[in-house]
Amino acid sequence: MGELIDAFAVALKAGLGFQAVFLALLAIGINVQFGYTGLLNFGQIAFAMLGGYGIAISVSQWGLPFWVGVVVGLLAAVVLALLLGLPTLRLRADYLAIATIAAAEGLRLLFRSVSATPVTNGTRGLSGFNAEFVALAPWDTARRYGILGTQWSGAELWVTAVGWLLVALASLLIWLLVRSPWGRVVKSIREDEDAVRALGKNVYVYKMQALVLGGVLGAFGGMVYALGTASANPDQYQNANTFLAYAALILGGAARVLGPVIGSMLMYFIIQFADTGLRTLIGNGVIPEGLLSATDVAQIRFVLIGLGLMLLLVFRPQGIFGDRREVMLDAR
Amino acid sequence: MPADQTPGQPAAGGAHAASLDPAATGGAPRLLARAALRDVAWEVGVPKPDPAIVVDGVTRSFGGLTAVSVDHLEVQRGGITGLIGPNGAGKTTLFNLLTGFDQPNTGTWSFDGRPLGKLAPHQVARLGVVRTFQLTKALSRLTVLQNMLLGAQGQKGESFWRALVPGTWRAQERANTEKAMELLGRFKLDRKKDDFAGTLSGGQRKLLEMARALMSDPKVVMLDEPMAGVNPALTQSLLGHVKDLREEGMTVVFVEHDMDVVRDISDWVVVMAAGKVIAEGPPQSISQNQAVVDAYLGAHHDAPLTIEEEDRVLAEAEAAIAREQHAEGDVIGSETRREENR
Repeated sequence: MGELIDAFAVALKAGLGFQAVFLALLAIGINVQFGYTGLLNFGQIAFAMLGGYGIAISVSQWGLPFWVGVVVGLLAAVVLALLLGLPTLRLRADYLAIATIAAAEGLRLLFRSVSATPVTNGTRGLSGFNAEFVALAPWDTARRYGILGTQWSGAELWVTAVGWLLVALASLLIWLLVRSPWGRVVKSIREDEDAVRALGKNVYVYKMQALVLGGVLGAFGGMVYALGTASANPDQYQNANTFLAYAALILGGAARVLGPVIGSMLMYFIIQFADTGLRTLIGNGVIPEGLLSATDVAQIRFVLIGLGLMLLLVFRPQGIFGDRREVMLDAR
Repeated sequence: MPADQTPGQPAAGGAHAASLDPAATGGAPRLLARAALRDVAWEVGVPKPDPAIVVDGVTRSFGGLTAVSVDHLEVQRGGITGLIGPNGAGKTTLFNLLTGFDQPNTGTWSFDGRPLGKLAPHQVARLGVVRTFQLTKALSRLTVLQNMLLGAQGQKGESFWRALVPGTWRAQERANTEKAMELLGRFKLDRKKDDFAGTLSGGQRKLLEMARALMSDPKVVMLDEPMAGVNPALTQSLLGHVKDLREEGMTVVFVEHDMDVVRDISDWVVVMAAGKVIAEGPPQSISQNQAVVDAYLGAHHDAPLTIEEEDRVLAEAEAAIAREQHAEGDVIGSETRREENR
């Protein structure tokens, strides 16, 4: 029993840690694009990678200050959004989906390629770029701190605190936007583009704004992740993260301000709890070794997540915060 | 039926001046539009006394099919123009072209003298030409009131940065909401204002779409089959609303299949078939127009034929076959003989 409480504490830390912040910022971005505007961005991780590498390359390779790195990362994300949006946003939704998924995979392969090694340091990645950021912490980052039975290093705590502040600011921004006439226009675009065009709105511009905003939020997520892990490696930015963020968004409830935030916390909590819990149960023989070995746990936890999502979609398709009436409406 | 009508005659000029100021004349626009069109010839491409929309040489083809090929068409300002024609006549394609939703292969058209040819749909809408769709486009997961508010033009809060400062758009939003509620009241949807538009019935969606279009204070309203799939009781109220648009000085163009509706509300009817305008005129002229009757019903529409007529048609056909046989030799001849023996 004590071990399960330990597992719970570990899971709680995961649900509050910078990984959850990373996922939450990705999911908030996707919420703007998919939840409100109806754009299918299947390459959100590419924006995160540009954010993380924006800092990493600027600081480690070019010797620029941390803040310049942040600006570089954000600009790179804006440029990527414009490049992806310009040709595809006039077309049907599927084209953006194809372009983004290809861009995410292509950029990762480019960053880890030999020819890019002088800049990105290839598969070994970059590190040692977060000193300036950690030094900003108002507390002693060399100490360890205990919160609610979980142990945090000072630097980790600082990244996490800044991360949640970013999540709060992003949520406030989204809240302000979606209750404004701007939000009404993008939600209408999700419902029917042509109707919005016929009422004199430049649909293309709104879609572009949503794509850029979502991409910038994703870049912030990537920065938090790079600072949290103190390294930037192309293979940290696998596109599976995009789909994990979609799952978190659907779990929390799409087109709700807090949906992606709560969804991401819960998602990491469940993944970590399943992981540690199963290992504990295998370790003390509750689950026989023949049925499930400790090496299978990493895969099994995602099976459990998948099962959970299926049950969610059957019994609560609107997610945690969604409005069932709204979700059940025929989208025409 | 004076065929030598030219724009700018005293009567027509008077109608023009008055139709620009409908408020001053009260219920008169209907009569004015009719009066202005009374002396116009019943000819395809005839000039109107005061055209709001002028179409010139517009063609649009999809592959080998020419969907629209209109040489010249003028739409009278302040009147209700009905656009009719059999399925596939190109009515909706013409609508799409006029509102920027589709680009033509050739041709130009203008609204109030401003060319519309190169404009995107939203630019056309901003000029005051707003349309509805054949398949109603209610925005399902927005409430009825939100649907209405979307229609308002020049909203400050629709810009990204100003949206973040509610103070810049609150007052405008309140004014728009008031206007929306007034319109919803007129269309008897005010009690539904907080319902999702997706929960409305088909007819209510048509009403909502029309009301939403009116939120933009349009000059020209283009309605694509406003009565399709609407029950007869609601049709009457929709008809009333369409007439009201004219009373308020708007120009209405609508596509409709129900001839009773067309006869009831149109000041002028344009008939299309196979992409071309085949007839124009006041509603009562259309049912007598041979080209229209043929386009809709085929040449031999007075079914059923009497026995004598049937014999005569048969004899004519046989004679024709015999002639062809004579001219084109045995292959076709043997075919047709087999047909006859059956």
